[in-house]
Amino acid sequence: MVGYTVEKEYGGMIDAYEKAGGDKSVLQTKDVAKLVVHENRVLANDPVKGLRIDTEETKSGVSVKLTVEKGTKVPRPVHLCFGLLPKEGLQEIIMKVDAQDNSEISVIAHCIFPNAVKVIHKMDADIEIGANARFDYKETHYHGEDGGIKVIPKAKVKVNKGGLWQSTFALSQGMVGKLDYDFEVVCLEKAIAELTVKAYGKGNDDIKVVEKIHLNGTGARGLAKSRLVLGDKARAEVRGETYGNAPYARGHVDCMELVNGTEAVAKAIPIVSVTNDKAKVTHEAAIGSIDRKQVETLMARGLDEDKAVDVIVKGILK
Amino acid sequence: MLDVAKLELKLNGKAIINDFSLHVDKGEIHGILGENGTGKTTIANLIMGTNNYKPTAGKMTFEGEDISGLSVSQRAQRGITLAWQEPARVEGVTVRDYLRLSSHNGHDQLERFLLMVGLEPAQYMGRDIDATLSGGERKRIELASVLAMRPKLAILDEPDSGIDIVALPLLLNGIMEMNKQGASVLLITHSERVTEIAHRVSILCAGTIIRTGPPAESSQWFKNNCLTCPHINEPEH
Repeated sequence: MVGYTVEKEYGGMIDAYEKAGGDKSVLQTKDVAKLVVHENRVLANDPVKGLRIDTEETKSGVSVKLTVEKGTKVPRPVHLCFGLLPKEGLQEIIMKVDAQDNSEISVIAHCIFPNAVKVIHKMDADIEIGANARFDYKETHYHGEDGGIKVIPKAKVKVNKGGLWQSTFALSQGMVGKLDYDFEVVCLEKAIAELTVKAYGKGNDDIKVVEKIHLNGTGARGLAKSRLVLGDKARAEVRGETYGNAPYARGHVDCMELVNGTEAVAKAIPIVSVTNDKAKVTHEAAIGSIDRKQVETLMARGLDEDKAVDVIVKGILK
Repeated sequence: MLDVAKLELKLNGKAIINDFSLHVDKGEIHGILGENGTGKTTIANLIMGTNNYKPTAGKMTFEGEDISGLSVSQRAQRGITLAWQEPARVEGVTVRDYLRLSSHNGHDQLERFLLMVGLEPAQYMGRDIDATLSGGERKRIELASVLAMRPKLAILDEPDSGIDIVALPLLLNGIMEMNKQGASVLLITHSERVTEIAHRVSILCAGTIIRTGPPAESSQWFKNNCLTCPHINEPEH
């Protein structure tokens, strides 16, 4: 791309990350595993012992294979940094994860699009968590104020016996733009899945969230949780689906959407299904406005109303 | 400091507050003692401007300024604050953040404010103000946040409700300490025990102050007349 060298791109990504509130030192520390991708170029790839990060640049993005070797416990969080600095572009991440038996890892993905006017960011992930392995995945987005971005993260996750998958997707800085999130998890015997989505929709943001958990193994457990706050003319639809298909499977769908103002629209569709008489799946969905008493509590300490709402929203999305 | 004259609030044509007048001096702890349903919380809301309550008649001035048209924030910025009977919980906000938000004059004494209400800072500062706190803990944190704000006038609505007898002296000490720091306090309660720390106590019945006097005298009058009164909220009887 004209005007962008590898050094400039890397520096630009780090700066954008810092401006969004991130600690850039973690992306500059040698012994922290990291992968930095700008558009379709791999700018940094630093694995650690027991963790392999294989990459292949494609026309529109990068294919990544992340392998956590059997029994490896990665001591510090691994940082993945994806982004696009220009105003327009497409970034497609094809992700394959193989967290082998008894491994443990925490991955923090930073997705940075500070200048997006017409940008598409897609992720298609195929993830397998081995027996008794633990995988914690946090994906945080940093968008600019234009809202001209489509974010389409899709993942299929299989959690084997006794394994744990925890994921948190957060989009609360800048405009969401259009979000189409779709994660589907299958849990085998005594496996656990916890999916959380947090987003703050403003302007004309359009948010669609699907969290689907199949509890197919005896004693499997799942939680599909979402926290959304909508203002202006933002719209959101959240589908939380949990299927209890095995004895002693336990699942819960927990959806909360708060609307601030009169033009935003929130919709929640919890689906719970049980095909085994010893399984139990529950749900709670709450859609409402920001609690006036909370706002007034903070106003009574001297905060103006906008600041009070901001504190409450940040608390909900923390 | 605070002057309320002939305040009235009608809801659906019914007078909830009627001909309510009150004067709170600078540096005074003024108790308002009343049975359930007499309008105590409504008075707190009217003075603070919360819960969308706007007087249908009367006047409220604070340090000579008419505050009737001010927002809750503006009243707080003038130095008035309110601690609710059942304070809201704010998910994702830690006790430390909450005290910091309240403290506009430096954050150096936040731990002391917690200690003053009998809470150990190491145990509480990092906790969220959510449903994991008991009602009593939340009340004490609310008082600590009022202490942190250093208000000119603190309206405390039933500060003792949900507080156990062991913690009550700590709470009352906290209120007296706040008063020593210069705050006036409007102490709204149904408990004569709490009004012992007040300089003057007014008796509230059916949204009207029917008597003001020294604490012991007012408490005795309240016991003799209000607790046994078969005509609750009908002061003309």
